[in-house]
Amino acid sequence: MASHVAETDSTKHSHSGGEHHIVPKRVYFAVFFALIVLTWVTTFVSRVDLGRWNIFVALAIAIFKASLVVLFFMHIWYSTRLTKMIVCCSVFWLILMLFITMTDIWTRGWMGVPGR
Amino acid sequence: MASHTITPPSAAPHADEALQHHFESPEQQKDASTIGMWVFLVTEVMFFGGMFLAYFVYRQWYPAAFASASNNTSLWIGATNTTVLICSSLTMAMAVHFASLGKQKLIIVFLLLTLMLGGTFLGVKAYEYHDKWVRHEVPGHNFDCRDEAGKPCVDAGHTPLFFALYFGMTGLHATHMIVGAVIILVLIRNARKGLYTPAWYTPVELFGLYWHFVDIVWIFLFPLFYLIDRSGALK
Amino acid sequence: MITATLPEKPKKNYINATEGLKSWLLTYDHKRIAILYLLGVTFFFFLGGLFAVLIRLELATPAGDLVDSNTYNKFFTMHGIIMVFLFLIPSIPAVMGNFLIPLMIGAKDVAFPRLNLLSWYIYMIGGCFVLTVLFFGGVDTGWTFYTPFSTSYSNGYVIASGMGIFIAGFSSILTGLNFIVTIHRMRAPGLTWFRLPLFIWAHYATSMIQVLGTPVIAVTLLLLVLERGLHIGFFDPAYGGDPVLFQHMFWFYSHPAVYIMILPSMGVVTEIITTFSSKKPFGYTFIAFSSVAIAVFGFIVWGHHLFVSGQSVYAGMVFSILSYVVAIPSAIKVFNWTATMYKGAVRLTTPMLYAMGFIGLFTIGGLTGLFLASLGMDVHLTDTYFVIAHFHYVMVGGAIMGFLGGIHYWWPKIFGKMYNETWSKLSAVIVFIGFNLTFFPQFLLGYMGMPRRYHAYPPEFQVLNVLSSAGASILGVGYLLPFCYLLWSLKYGPDAPPNPWGATTLEWQTASPPPTENFPVTPVVTQEAYTYTTEEVVHVG
Repeated sequence: MASHVAETDSTKHSHSGGEHHIVPKRVYFAVFFALIVLTWVTTFVSRVDLGRWNIFVALAIAIFKASLVVLFFMHIWYSTRLTKMIVCCSVFWLILMLFITMTDIWTRGWMGVPGR
Repeated sequence: MASHTITPPSAAPHADEALQHHFESPEQQKDASTIGMWVFLVTEVMFFGGMFLAYFVYRQWYPAAFASASNNTSLWIGATNTTVLICSSLTMAMAVHFASLGKQKLIIVFLLLTLMLGGTFLGVKAYEYHDKWVRHEVPGHNFDCRDEAGKPCVDAGHTPLFFALYFGMTGLHATHMIVGAVIILVLIRNARKGLYTPAWYTPVELFGLYWHFVDIVWIFLFPLFYLIDRSGALK
Repeated sequence: MITATLPEKPKKNYINATEGLKSWLLTYDHKRIAILYLLGVTFFFFLGGLFAVLIRLELATPAGDLVDSNTYNKFFTMHGIIMVFLFLIPSIPAVMGNFLIPLMIGAKDVAFPRLNLLSWYIYMIGGCFVLTVLFFGGVDTGWTFYTPFSTSYSNGYVIASGMGIFIAGFSSILTGLNFIVTIHRMRAPGLTWFRLPLFIWAHYATSMIQVLGTPVIAVTLLLLVLERGLHIGFFDPAYGGDPVLFQHMFWFYSHPAVYIMILPSMGVVTEIITTFSSKKPFGYTFIAFSSVAIAVFGFIVWGHHLFVSGQSVYAGMVFSILSYVVAIPSAIKVFNWTATMYKGAVRLTTPMLYAMGFIGLFTIGGLTGLFLASLGMDVHLTDTYFVIAHFHYVMVGGAIMGFLGGIHYWWPKIFGKMYNETWSKLSAVIVFIGFNLTFFPQFLLGYMGMPRRYHAYPPEFQVLNVLSSAGASILGVGYLLPFCYLLWSLKYGPDAPPNPWGATTLEWQTASPPPTENFPVTPVVTQEAYTYTTEEVVHVG
């Protein structure tokens, strides 16, 4: 066989603890309440003229709401490092795709070359 | 010679039966399943992400058209529908919570509530789609974007892009919800058979992740489609 | 340590464990699923190759005299779609990854065996869509489906093709998902990340790309289908839509896709070079991290496909610099492979011939990629045969050589039979010669200005084209020969020992072919993957 000395199988299930934590109901209700409030906040704020800042405020609220859902409804707050890393990767890659493509969109016409 | 863990006998017989042969322990199986679900959600982020990209590009270029077209959506219907979906997220979280506690009846109750709230959301969306069809806001042959006063939308030539993205993105979202609704039915059926115990309720938990993800997508769709220039400043 | 002997060959292995077609079509065993994939990809390889034959036949003469231009457009489109999506993307991961990853990490199967079987069915359904398109007359947009031709003007079956690729893409996504979870959570006791074979690192990096990139082409094709089918214009300039946006979205996946095609091959080459040099890889950590670096950097260079499309010049400059950077990790690997062979006990077996061929041809392909990454040169070279030669050097001279090397290296393990070494070496040489004769002239043609995707060309290009077509026929022979002698070996070849090559990774510590559960007892790992002692253990068993 590949070796002779037995070792602990610590590499295999070192992070199983994250999933056994039972989130108390009050956390869910608090998050729910926050989400509802923020939904109506963003609705009413949209009717105020903030110029360029409307979209930033709307997105900031949306990001905060999404974070609450991810952290508490989806248990990331209590989860393993690997799961947290996976979530961060997905956000990072999405932003990468959006940002780099937009650098083309934003810089069209900068160099004075026709059509680019 | 080999030192794989000897699985301690589990209190609930279901846990052992649910352990698949290629896993060494229920913990490993659950851990793997959870990671698998999260990796799947990563693919969903990138999937929706492509359309978000198209949205950002075109909104950057045609802000007036987007604002004008957005004003043709109903702010209050959108906000209420968002509320409905958030409620369904709460009920889903409750269903998972009670599954972890083994409260069989409450699992079914909250799954049913989630289904009903999700169905309400879809019903409202169907109403909105029909409304858009009637008002000639579906891109294609009879497209004609007009505001309440009957005047053509600002920069009307570019408004089909807004509506293409509206139907594309909310349609994709709705498709995900329909798939979710079907899965809830399966979960309810299994819950009634008593399949889910505190030792093994993984399908409920993983589906909860999916449902919350679909909720998150809507959390972004709502401001992007319903809340552009509601103050009328761009008019 | 390498086991010197095992007790007599166990009678039951994964092949004869159960009998009947249903036991194969409904199997959860990753090894059987790998064989199912092998059948699929082999079929599509030869089908895609058939279109290559038709292309080279047409191009043997300057006039467009074999077929008209519309038909020729369908030839190169079908060649591209089949070779990229139905052969290259799945090939090594779905065949060798599926078979070997659980074995190399000491697991009984992948994390989600049923999902694995579903992946195969999804792949076959996607393939059937493409076959249906073929049957009804094909699609002519190029495998790149650029709008507005694909959305508005093409008369081919764009929607069905798009749907077929969309479906096949999910197979790729699910395979990547399966591998990521498997590698994270199913490793044997003691198998830490830096004790993993480099084949595993390569597939982990590949799986990252599959999971992060494929969904984007899926949504892109979805939008394409919606636009063409329902006339909802996402890319239509009439509504202010931007065809370049399609290209951005398409290439956001399709560039990383080329790393899906090459990374597994690099993993195979590392294994082969190591084994047949009887020496541990030079710079294990560098090779491991460079695999991940290729995967990550591969996502930020896609704009080099849009240099002349209307992308901003500023973005073009940034993508150009980044495209140079992405070559660095690949170069690191080439240095490491060479250093591994240096002062090693090199044995020129068939897999080693393929691996060495890979190093040379991939280097040429990679370097010519740098010509194309240069913004100024690309204006001259883009859409010429230079580009075609470049990507065939990396994809055929690179990826397919790696695939063939891997097939030959692991054939004894997978089927328990040894093939005829004389024929296999001969085939490797024929492939190498045929390949270079086919594609090297194309660098010259492209530099001289011959455009791609044209069925006719100026007469002064004929000599090089004839050389290329001649090379293609030799290459074809080189590919058909393995088909023959490998199949022959299944019936008439000598039985293979557990470790015919004297390798050290875990898959060689079990029988050839392995039993269904892979290892009678779960192995426990206490040392790194490649431990060659000074007394070489060669031809064990």
